[in-house]
Amino acid sequence: IAAMMASSYNAKEEDGHHSSGSSHGGAGAVKSKKPDNTAFKQQRLPAWQPILTAGTVLPAFFVIGLIFIPIGIGLYVTSNNIKEFEIDYTGAEVSSPCFNCAKNFSWNSTTSCNCSVPFTLEQPFESNVFMYYGLSNFYQNHRRYVKSRDDSQLNGDRSSLKNPSKECEPYRTSDGLPIAPCGAIANSLFNDTLELYYIHSNGSSTAIPLVKKGIAWWTDKHVKFRNPGGSNNNLTAAFQGTTKPVNWRKPVYELDPSDSDNNGFINEDFIVWMRTAALPTFRKLYRIIQKKPNMTPTLPSGKYLLEVTYNYPVHSFDGRKRMILSTISWMGGKNPFLGIAYITVGSVCFFLGVVLLIIHHKYDNRNNSADIPN
Amino acid sequence: LLREELKRYMTNPHLCESDRTIYIGHKEPPPGAEAYIPQRYPDNRIVSSKYTFWNFIPKNLFEQFRRIANFYFLVIFLVQLIIDTPTSPVTSGLPLFFVITVTAIKQGYEDWLRHKADCSINECPVDVVQQGKVVRTQSHKLRVGDVVMVREDETFPCDLIFLSSSRHDGTCYVTTASLDGESSHKTYYAVPDTMAFTTEQEVDSLHATIECEQPQPDLYKFVGRINIYKDREEPVARPLGAENLLLRGATLKNTQHIYGTVAIYTGMETKMALNYQSKSQKRSAVEKSMNAFLIVYLCILISKAVINTVLKYAWQWSPDRDEPWYNHRTEIERQRHVVIRAFTDFLAFMVLFNYIIPVSMYVTVEMQKFLGSYFIAWDEEMFDEELGEGAQVNTSDLNEELGQVEYVFTDKTGTLTENNMEFIECCVDAKYILTCHNFRQEHEDLFFRALCLCHTVQVKEEETVDGIKRGIHQGRPTSFYISSSPDEVALVEGMKRLGYTYLRLKDSYMEILNKDDEIERFELLHVLNFDSVRRRMSVIVKSSSGEYLLFCKGADSSIFPRVVSGKVEQVKARVEQNAVEGLRTLCVAYRRLSPSEYEEACHLLTKAKLALQDREQRLAQAYDIIERDFVLLGATAVEDRLQEKAADTIESLHKAGMKVWVLTGDKMETAAATCYASKLFRRSTQILELTKKRTEEQSLHDVLFELSRTVLRQRSISGLSVDCLDFGLIIDGATLSAILKPNQEGSGNYREIFLEICRNCSAVLCCRMAPLQKAQVVKLIKASKEHPITLAIGDGANDVSMILEAHVGIGIMGKEGRQAARNSDYAIPKFKHLKKMLLVHGHYYYIRIAELVQYFFYKNVCFIFPQFLYQFFCGFSQQPLYDTAYLTLYNISFTSLPILLYSLVEQHVTMETLKREPSLYRDIAKNSLLRWPVFLYWTCLGVFDAVVFFFGAYFLFDNTTFTSNGQMFGNWTFGTLVFTVLVFTVTLKLALDTHHWTWINHFVIWGSLLFYVIFSLLWGGIIWPFLNYQRMYYVFMQMLSSGPAWLSIILLITVSLLPDVIKKVLCRAICPTATERAQVRTLTPAQEQT
Repeated sequence: IAAMMASSYNAKEEDGHHSSGSSHGGAGAVKSKKPDNTAFKQQRLPAWQPILTAGTVLPAFFVIGLIFIPIGIGLYVTSNNIKEFEIDYTGAEVSSPCFNCAKNFSWNSTTSCNCSVPFTLEQPFESNVFMYYGLSNFYQNHRRYVKSRDDSQLNGDRSSLKNPSKECEPYRTSDGLPIAPCGAIANSLFNDTLELYYIHSNGSSTAIPLVKKGIAWWTDKHVKFRNPGGSNNNLTAAFQGTTKPVNWRKPVYELDPSDSDNNGFINEDFIVWMRTAALPTFRKLYRIIQKKPNMTPTLPSGKYLLEVTYNYPVHSFDGRKRMILSTISWMGGKNPFLGIAYITVGSVCFFLGVVLLIIHHKYDNRNNSADIPN
Repeated sequence: LLREELKRYMTNPHLCESDRTIYIGHKEPPPGAEAYIPQRYPDNRIVSSKYTFWNFIPKNLFEQFRRIANFYFLVIFLVQLIIDTPTSPVTSGLPLFFVITVTAIKQGYEDWLRHKADCSINECPVDVVQQGKVVRTQSHKLRVGDVVMVREDETFPCDLIFLSSSRHDGTCYVTTASLDGESSHKTYYAVPDTMAFTTEQEVDSLHATIECEQPQPDLYKFVGRINIYKDREEPVARPLGAENLLLRGATLKNTQHIYGTVAIYTGMETKMALNYQSKSQKRSAVEKSMNAFLIVYLCILISKAVINTVLKYAWQWSPDRDEPWYNHRTEIERQRHVVIRAFTDFLAFMVLFNYIIPVSMYVTVEMQKFLGSYFIAWDEEMFDEELGEGAQVNTSDLNEELGQVEYVFTDKTGTLTENNMEFIECCVDAKYILTCHNFRQEHEDLFFRALCLCHTVQVKEEETVDGIKRGIHQGRPTSFYISSSPDEVALVEGMKRLGYTYLRLKDSYMEILNKDDEIERFELLHVLNFDSVRRRMSVIVKSSSGEYLLFCKGADSSIFPRVVSGKVEQVKARVEQNAVEGLRTLCVAYRRLSPSEYEEACHLLTKAKLALQDREQRLAQAYDIIERDFVLLGATAVEDRLQEKAADTIESLHKAGMKVWVLTGDKMETAAATCYASKLFRRSTQILELTKKRTEEQSLHDVLFELSRTVLRQRSISGLSVDCLDFGLIIDGATLSAILKPNQEGSGNYREIFLEICRNCSAVLCCRMAPLQKAQVVKLIKASKEHPITLAIGDGANDVSMILEAHVGIGIMGKEGRQAARNSDYAIPKFKHLKKMLLVHGHYYYIRIAELVQYFFYKNVCFIFPQFLYQFFCGFSQQPLYDTAYLTLYNISFTSLPILLYSLVEQHVTMETLKREPSLYRDIAKNSLLRWPVFLYWTCLGVFDAVVFFFGAYFLFDNTTFTSNGQMFGNWTFGTLVFTVLVFTVTLKLALDTHHWTWINHFVIWGSLLFYVIFSLLWGGIIWPFLNYQRMYYVFMQMLSSGPAWLSIILLITVSLLPDVIKKVLCRAICPTATERAQVRTLTPAQEQT
């Protein structure tokens, strides 16, 4: 790789204490006032003195161009190979299967509303498939919302469980009892249930197994979030004296009664939700469809049915709900941006390199000739 | 009684009600006189410090919060305390506390130094006569009315009325060099009624009061009256004038002691202290532009907050947006009035964006100035072995101003010159005599006698055991000459070297010891004193042989027209040559007088001297008649040695584009000679004179217009011709005050014309200036419409006022006192050090601080603008993009050290190059690195970078994942990604700007990046106890575990740095500045070697 900058090691003499001997004869009082002759104090530290000139920056531009373009192409191709399928099941349109559920939604209804959305995968999905739910126009990054949580309560702190942080207002207490988990984020936990069925050509359907483990950060699940009472299995007792968030149908210790390792605060769906999204349109990992041991694709092409238990209202704020199926590469999901950006920047650098080459030739000669008479 | 009163007022008609009455020795006047009214006067304490121990904290805090920036941060802090804001009060409170403390410590330390300096003056010993005894006390304990005794070579501790002297004639010699720069000895006279006192008892028995005017700054004006009470008689009143007043700061010379002087003005009321101008805080041009930028940023900040507030309320018009079901307000908030809510929101936005005005910039600037100034004090090249001292920094606030100087005002005596006259050569007829050799020509004999006789030098005898005569006989330096003109001393001493020694004046006989060790005696008959109109002096002597001789010496212009014989041409040529070399030349001529001619001359002189009316004029006429028909003898050359490398320094300053003015109290001829010697004026310089002599002939108006026409014509011509003639202007104090006089109609016009002339002159010499006039000149230039940066340099107390007035004041550590050095902003041992001070240190400090200021604004735009953009995506909810720790530490630790170090050690060009090529100084003139276009460029760069950071991260996060396990990142990862790119870009941008990479630079730049990474790992690596949120837990590490995050960090950094690199390269290739060429030049030979 060519040197990026023109350099000259300025071999200034390390003055050190060369001349100090000469002043020895002087009076003591005089000598003490004399500044030390050190390289630092005399501002003569040896230094590398690079200058950015056209000639020296040129190679750097070509190098950047040559590196960035292949990376960009690689990224772009990878991104294109990723298969992604997205379906909106909000039910805002009359034709939509979930229209009735969306329209008749009421917080007080005890029965849940179900709707099924059929869709077709044109291409088979190989390897692990990740199932996301997506929300639009949902401001998880609103300041009032972001701060409305109590991390020490979620970490299993007993005093915070009974006396949640003020930040949780107005979702701090309900009927005089502290809410666990408190705050707006927890209160608005996404509670639609999504199930996926493969429709065979003969009309019968098989449920596709959805894995609900490994969707949250390992550190969140194992360190940041902890149930009160530690390893005590009796979550009901641990959460005694608290009440469920207002919008929840069931208390926190019943989030996943089947699996004690996924219940209470360490429920992965809950943890995923608690990591507030950066932008108002976001997706969150819902389930993982494991690759099958044999060579058959995880999701073969064909007809599918998405069974939705419609609990989550988004109509009031013009929100949208989506279900996304995506394969993942080393660089994540489908995102052509990075590849395109790399290709563009690489090309620009290469082009600039050429421009600089011309300028360098034209002006360097002129400057040199101008310098000679001096 | 009435007559008595009248007589009193006759003696001094200027007295008025606001006078002060002083009781000598604090004794009440005898009954019957006016009532004794004790008046309160300040004690003799000089105070230059600002604070006392008690008022330091409140006064300092008050002064600090008067600075708009500090006040702003205080307000932000209070807002954060009061309302619910997105960031905690700690984020702004901590830095503010830090700033205030650091500044207070620095100012306290500086004031402590001033206290110490004051103390050493106030506690120097003084002899006071009390109850007939001499008591030693401290200077600050002196009171008005005390009788003080001063010994030879002591400095007067306050303004004194001269009562009696050890000399019998009631005179004393005083040098006021540290007051007005004149090193000559001046004679002062004791009050006639008291001059006979010789002992302290006698002095103590004096019963008198002094009435005098209230203190005023004019050094040469004093009116007062002394009333002496004797027993029961009516008091005797005597007028007192400036010749009776000994000023503080002056030094007693050639007089053993003076007894019984009485303190009139003390402490801060002395004329010296009044001549100091009040110390006002000097602010550098950089600070001014910094404040201007600050106001721009404040406007940006407010408009950002307003825009966001308005958009917020527009956006959340529908209640479903304002309060969706998942995100309700608290009941209290809901009940708040909408106006209050909007105002609170506005304040919250202000707090969120307040980092755009960098609080830490002020700390960094303060630290840079404070630490940076050590390099001046440490500089070995500015150390003077002889004096044993190096440069001194009294205020570090003005370091960068040293790189912006456009006008240099310099004192002459002691600054440009050594203040040390030396006889160089003389020429008799056409022969030059430098050393002692045999000469037996009549003219030569006469020439040397002329120089030995034609002067007003006094011989001062040192009391030695051997006695006077022997001392001189043996050639021991036990006696020396004193005179009001140092030239005369130099001449007489020069004669001594050549074998003719002037011994003394005894009973009007002048004694000369000639070459053959014989004593010649001449009777001194008349002295025709020197005056500046005639510019010559003469003596009439009678030799032992009975011949009457008239010797005359004077300026060539006043001698040559009166010469009738002698080798005029040769001498003239020599004189001109000497003058060009900067030597002070005098011509010597003589005339033999016949007894009848002498009688006539004698008659003329006596008549003129006795005249009551127009005495001056008659004397002048008499002189004119007597001094004619000379025979030219020769010429002399005396040198006031220029300081080492003074000419080189001035030349460099000229090349660097500075205009050099010499302001001196000295007379015009001398000053002009120095200017020639120091290459301020060249041989090609056309001299324009604006002197009293000329304005007497023509009106000021005509002279001014004529000069301006000359200058303007030249300018219009020089537009075409290549070698333009440069002008030098000589102006004297009287003319200057006429120009500046405000009451004339059209005086503003004069001022403008004068400035116009000055602007076109490369060098200006102002002579015969009073100390305050020097300051006036500086002020005049400062206030002219270009508002140039001025620098004043001087060594004496007479330069203090201009040192204080100029933007930068530099004191030379002179032989006479440290007044100038103490009141200056910087003190240097020698004039030559000014070159390095301005061209190297000034240049470095300027580019360093310019980069510092621009960079600070830039990095804070980069920092805050993404946060502004984020508001559009979070419902204008004031959600911060970055974590609190990042918000707080960004300016304090992640990005502060590299720029601080840069601003301390950057050297874009080597020191040698800067010294070799003074013209590089022009590259930074007129605050060129802090002008609006440059500022705009940096701000745009900041905005561009911020847009790149934010939208880079935005598109990466846009509705997708970039981890290989499908998990999603949240808003804190988004912020951390932006922040990481930000810290790296901003630091690397500085790395690109660094031209001088020492190991410290490497250490700090890479170290601070490493520190950021380590800090982030640590901050996210632990569940922090005592913190009520854990939002950063593992965010940084999760981000780094994702490949695309790395790739996008690299990409975004590259894109952000790209425009700046391209701009740099293109500017350098297409239109390189002189500095950039110099950089390449120093680079090329080094490359060829390798």
